[in-house]
Amino acid sequence: MNESPAKAIALHAGVIALLFGLNFVLPAYHHGVLARVLVLTVFAMGYNLLFGYAGLLSLGHAMFFAAGLYGAGMTMYHLGWGVPAAFLAGLAAGAVLSLVIGLLALRTKGVAFMIVTMMFAQVLYLLIYYFSVWTRGDEGLVIQQQARAIELGGTRLDLTDPTTRYMAALFLFSVVLVITLAIVRSSFGRVLVAIRENEERTKMLGYDTLANKLAAMVASGAICAAAGAAYVILFGYVGSTLASVQYSILPLLWVLLGGASTTLGPLVGTLFMYYAVDVTSAHTSAYMLVVGVALILLVLYFPKGILGTVRDRWARWLP
Amino acid sequence: MTPLLTTMGLSRHYGGLMAVDRVDFSVMQGEIRAIIGPNGAGKTTFVGLICGRVQPTEGMIVFDGNDITNLPSYQRARLGIAYTFQITSVFANLTAYDNVALPVLRTLTDGRARGAVHAGVMAALERVGLVGRENMIAGTLSYGHQRLLEVAMGLALKPRLLILDEPTQGLSDGEIDNFIGLVREIARDATVLLIEHNMPVVMELADRVTVMNAGRILAEGTPVQIRANAAVQHAYLGTPEEGAADG
Repeated sequence: MNESPAKAIALHAGVIALLFGLNFVLPAYHHGVLARVLVLTVFAMGYNLLFGYAGLLSLGHAMFFAAGLYGAGMTMYHLGWGVPAAFLAGLAAGAVLSLVIGLLALRTKGVAFMIVTMMFAQVLYLLIYYFSVWTRGDEGLVIQQQARAIELGGTRLDLTDPTTRYMAALFLFSVVLVITLAIVRSSFGRVLVAIRENEERTKMLGYDTLANKLAAMVASGAICAAAGAAYVILFGYVGSTLASVQYSILPLLWVLLGGASTTLGPLVGTLFMYYAVDVTSAHTSAYMLVVGVALILLVLYFPKGILGTVRDRWARWLP
Repeated sequence: MTPLLTTMGLSRHYGGLMAVDRVDFSVMQGEIRAIIGPNGAGKTTFVGLICGRVQPTEGMIVFDGNDITNLPSYQRARLGIAYTFQITSVFANLTAYDNVALPVLRTLTDGRARGAVHAGVMAALERVGLVGRENMIAGTLSYGHQRLLEVAMGLALKPRLLILDEPTQGLSDGEIDNFIGLVREIARDATVLLIEHNMPVVMELADRVTVMNAGRILAEGTPVQIRANAAVQHAYLGTPEEGAADG
């Protein structure tokens, strides 16, 4: 707050402008990949808020992503809700779930918090199978193409059209990026960092750390749910694999890779990881091995992630 | 005149160890009170009970007429009880400025105007003499400066009762002289509770001195009275007769 935010704002506006420009030049395949990466980046940004800033390592964030996926997907599939209402249903499901889980899980710290969040995520995962009459388990639900559109004052925005879909993903990404940047620069963001650095000290400065952590949990859960809701709306599929433990680990990897507690780290990490898997799997079936080695090297030589290292060495102003 | 802070029968037991044992204690508004005593006398546990870091086994704490025994620590901080840690615990990875901004943001009730935060932070840094170092990462400050930063964070809370836990530990003689001046200035609008091992500092600053030993209050009085008190000398130094008396 004592330095000018101009550089940071210019950088973020530049990134959004670049992504906007890419829409017109990218070949079809990469265009589609980037739309997906942007939605997954929103998931990672939600995770980063809790892990990177508040310092709470959750291993169960798949449940918030899944709350958004199923909150939006089931209301569209079974109740025939339109896109805006379904999106809000997904968002609300994530917010409520994260509030309840937060109230329970925040009684614990450290490793216990990791285990408790992971267990709750597994409960949700298994509930999806238990209610497979409605969810159809790992087979999942496919949302019909004609349902995935928004009527906007007479014009119909078809979200299955590549350009519209890309723009919708970019819009969500931009909104969440701005929200994250605002939170990070607010006094709430400062308190979260203080809790991460030294919770005991923060309490002695008169802050209700539990209330702040709960607020961070709900904000994080809601953002992840927004990503989930957008995912099912834009790509038309929801299935239980998207709620599996893998989807709790992935956002952690994306954030670590890109740089925890950097606003743009989730984008860098998600993009890097997605293409690492994409490129290596084209050449070998043992692609996870290659990805694993890459990750080990990154953790060894860039323990603060790509943007975290950049910030340490060259650009201290990076938010 | 009613005291600012009173404890009644305040105890904290760890298993069979009576870290603090039925302590009745009070401090008047505006006083500088020193708490001294040998290592393990229960001084830090005692102030920990006052600021809420440690839960009492029994007893009662009254601050400004209100029973605060069951209040969580953050609410006590909001009432105006500030604690600076014995083992320096500034936010090592944040700048000095950001360290002080946290308590300033908490106390600003009249909006979060950027100017007000900046003014508050700089005022607190100014009082402890850290202006010019505000953009340094706290962990890279010298030990003495980290101690001063602790005090600045305490001050920024605009405390009514400031608890300083061994503030001069690790400071140079010159820094101690400055520090004595600083505490005097703080005491103009706050009550100060000072845990201190450095006797010249205690003798110079304290209005009254409380001596603790084995979790209990051994003696209380003006610095002069305490210096002359035989029981205090006994607790600190032992006496030649001790062996004979015990035998």
